[in-house]
Amino acid sequence: MKNIPNVLVRSEFEATEIAKADIGDVARKLTLFERIIGMHSVRKLSILVLVIVVWEAYTQLSSVSELILPKFSATAQALYQAVASEQLLAMVWNSMTVLVTGYAIGLVIATLLTTAATMTRFGNDVLSTLTAMLNPLPAIALLPLALLWFGLGADAIIFTLLHSVIWPVALNAHVGFMSVSETQRMVGQNYGLKGLVYVGKLLIPAAFPQILMGLKIGWAYAWRTLIAAELVFGGSISDTSEGASGGLGWFIFSNQMELQIAHVFAGLFTVILVGVFVENVVFNAIENRTVRRWGMQAQ
Amino acid sequence: MAERNGSAAGKKPAAAATQPILKVDGVTLQYKTKEHLITATYRVGFDVYPADRFVLLGPSGCGKSTLLKGIAGYMKPVEGAIRLKGREISEPGPDRVMVFQEFDQLLPWKTVKQNIIFALHNGGKTDTVAEAEEIAMEYIQKVKLTGFEDTFPHMLSGGMKQRVAIARGMAMEPDVLLMDEPFAALDALTRLQMQKELLQLWEDTHFTVLFVTHSIEEALIVGSRILVLSPHPGQVKAELNAHHLNHDNVGDKKFAKVQQHIHDMLFADRILEEDVKPGARG
Amino acid sequence: MSIKPPAGKGLLPKLVIRPEYEVSDIAQAQISDVAHKLSLAERIWNINGVRKAVILLALVAAWQAYTVGFDVEPLMLPSFSISFMRLYNDLFYSDLIYKVWFSVKVLLIGYSAGLVLAALLILWATATRFGSDFIAMATAMFNPLPAIALLPLAMLWFGLGTASLVFVLIHSVLWAVALSTHSGFENVSPTLRMIGRNYGLRGIFYVLKILVPAALPSILAGMKIGWAFAWRTLIGAELVFGASSGSGGLGWYIFESSQNIDTDAVFAGLFTVILFGIVVENVVFRNIELRTVNRWGMQQ
Repeated sequence: MKNIPNVLVRSEFEATEIAKADIGDVARKLTLFERIIGMHSVRKLSILVLVIVVWEAYTQLSSVSELILPKFSATAQALYQAVASEQLLAMVWNSMTVLVTGYAIGLVIATLLTTAATMTRFGNDVLSTLTAMLNPLPAIALLPLALLWFGLGADAIIFTLLHSVIWPVALNAHVGFMSVSETQRMVGQNYGLKGLVYVGKLLIPAAFPQILMGLKIGWAYAWRTLIAAELVFGGSISDTSEGASGGLGWFIFSNQMELQIAHVFAGLFTVILVGVFVENVVFNAIENRTVRRWGMQAQ
Repeated sequence: MAERNGSAAGKKPAAAATQPILKVDGVTLQYKTKEHLITATYRVGFDVYPADRFVLLGPSGCGKSTLLKGIAGYMKPVEGAIRLKGREISEPGPDRVMVFQEFDQLLPWKTVKQNIIFALHNGGKTDTVAEAEEIAMEYIQKVKLTGFEDTFPHMLSGGMKQRVAIARGMAMEPDVLLMDEPFAALDALTRLQMQKELLQLWEDTHFTVLFVTHSIEEALIVGSRILVLSPHPGQVKAELNAHHLNHDNVGDKKFAKVQQHIHDMLFADRILEEDVKPGARG
Repeated sequence: MSIKPPAGKGLLPKLVIRPEYEVSDIAQAQISDVAHKLSLAERIWNINGVRKAVILLALVAAWQAYTVGFDVEPLMLPSFSISFMRLYNDLFYSDLIYKVWFSVKVLLIGYSAGLVLAALLILWATATRFGSDFIAMATAMFNPLPAIALLPLAMLWFGLGTASLVFVLIHSVLWAVALSTHSGFENVSPTLRMIGRNYGLRGIFYVLKILVPAALPSILAGMKIGWAFAWRTLIGAELVFGASSGSGGLGWYIFESSQNIDTDAVFAGLFTVILFGIVVENVVFRNIELRTVNRWGMQQ
């Protein structure tokens, strides 16, 4: 027989008074240094500085050709020069005007499609068929057709931008609407919400995480489509504002043709800056005010 | 509350003369899944009187939640009628406010106070923001959440969320408050606490509440009158009184006897079919 | 009776005490069907695929009717039948299939190279805090940079051939995958992490057996975004620069046809792009999801 341990019965006790004083700090603030190192922005910034230093040192010390990899300082100078005397800002403005126009029209169409899809089962089926077919089609592939239909001009680019925005936005918004919890729908109806008020006050906020995701994907596609379209056709397409012709993509392409590599890098920096601004400032601000505050972010 | 008190005040002494506020008459409810048409309740009838704490009790699959949804107006009966104050119910409306089991019934994009104001405003209860705010604060205080009025729901514990939902429902002063297993997702201690608080709130105003649960104990504690339903499809088995039972009686002989009686009634014929519709309650 | 209205609240409605009753015998027999199946027609119409196919046919019919009925200039908008015949001819009797293969080959090389690099970066990021900061920095910077914008540089560095295409494809995949994998790893629940440590998992095993499966929904999401970017970049790059890389892929086929105002071939090319896109998204990724995150109940 195995020896099975028995329960050892001990006397009970209760603490009458707990000595609070001698624990010391229950919670203490971290030191200033600990807190600075803990800040993400500080760590990211120092890495950025490190990368720039390595880049500059490498190009200075090795004999790498300016045509292959320009110095950081030369790039910075080119950027300054482009902004100061080559109307880079006007070109950015050209690009952004086209982008915003296409994005805005795309949003309106996507909203109409999604509303139809939410109201009726037929609309629902039409939208899911269209998105399944057209979402995998890169917008840029439509550019040749757009040029044929609308001629060389901003219209053709806007048409392709529409295509790049509508499907991801409509798809995500629709998925968002469909996955609003049954409980929340019933709550809305319980308090007498109907029709458009119901959509506006209940469905849209409840589906906002997915809607926002659609907006971000739509932006990313549109931004990529625009740069690609401008890279080729930019010079002829968007000479809208005074003096400066073409957009950001065209700036990169034309400088590459002239082997102004420092300028190419300056153009790429501008693309990054605009992209970072939209994704990390605009969308982040929207997220902070909405889904993050409401504790609703998808991930 | 004003209108309910008003109408009740006139007939106060003669209990027998009080009319039922809600009449459910031979109601059969059906719903469709992708493949099946399910009959959830079959010819269920009962009357709810003002000030009732009326409990719908039954095992899974007895259609009690479906019945509550029918009363709330989310589903139409295929036969029979549901009448609130004599008017037949045809759609959801703020005169029958529902408190759900799920924590996500609070709108996550609104703070505690805004959730209540949202209800008051859209339910047509108040015209001005100031008025709504005042009522909201009054009910926040009633459910002991003072200090949390500007908090977003995701920061609250489960019990606190249910309190907000109850405050939101009561602030509407509906003809009946419908509660669909509101405490089922809470831990045992919090559940006990919430049951006590609900009874205290009831003592303040004697509001009419329809309460769905699958716990016999909870039914006896919370309810004044209990409708026992058989499962699959839900049919009336009995209507019992429980106004004389509350927390203090838990464990005593009287309580245990009723508890055992209901238990026998529900499980004697072994028709507890958990697999009727997986994933759905009641 | 313990719950009594307190004194002074006489205006409150009183409980109405009624007699109890019990139903001794529930007539089960009267109920015809507790649950019965929907009719066949109802069930067929409930199948999403059926309704979608009907809509697709209607769209095609509308296109055909419009182009034929209104006598639309085929150079502007060819009818569906002409475009479809062109697709059939070019696929089976011309070299379209080789062009597709050329594109797919480049795509696969770029995509897998991008995945491998992303995996290495992520491993570094999970191992060291410096790596983690670096990834955060690099993805924040490079993710918003359209890969196609790098093509002019790539052509300068790697010449006009496949190498340039692969370079931009890597760029388009790498950051999207790294970004979502990294954030997926960071969002793995502390409970799962502790369970992993509890059972003694360390290093690479910890990453492979806990982090990767737990973060699979976001890894897959990143791979899908990466695929979408890569596919768009490739078609764009071929459309724009395919001319110079000689052999030419699907994008080049579209571009060439549009230059020749051979509009039905443009449509044939677009069909091919759509078909391939649908196969990858709805067959390849869908199957991966069905076997993993859907089966595990983890999809968002």
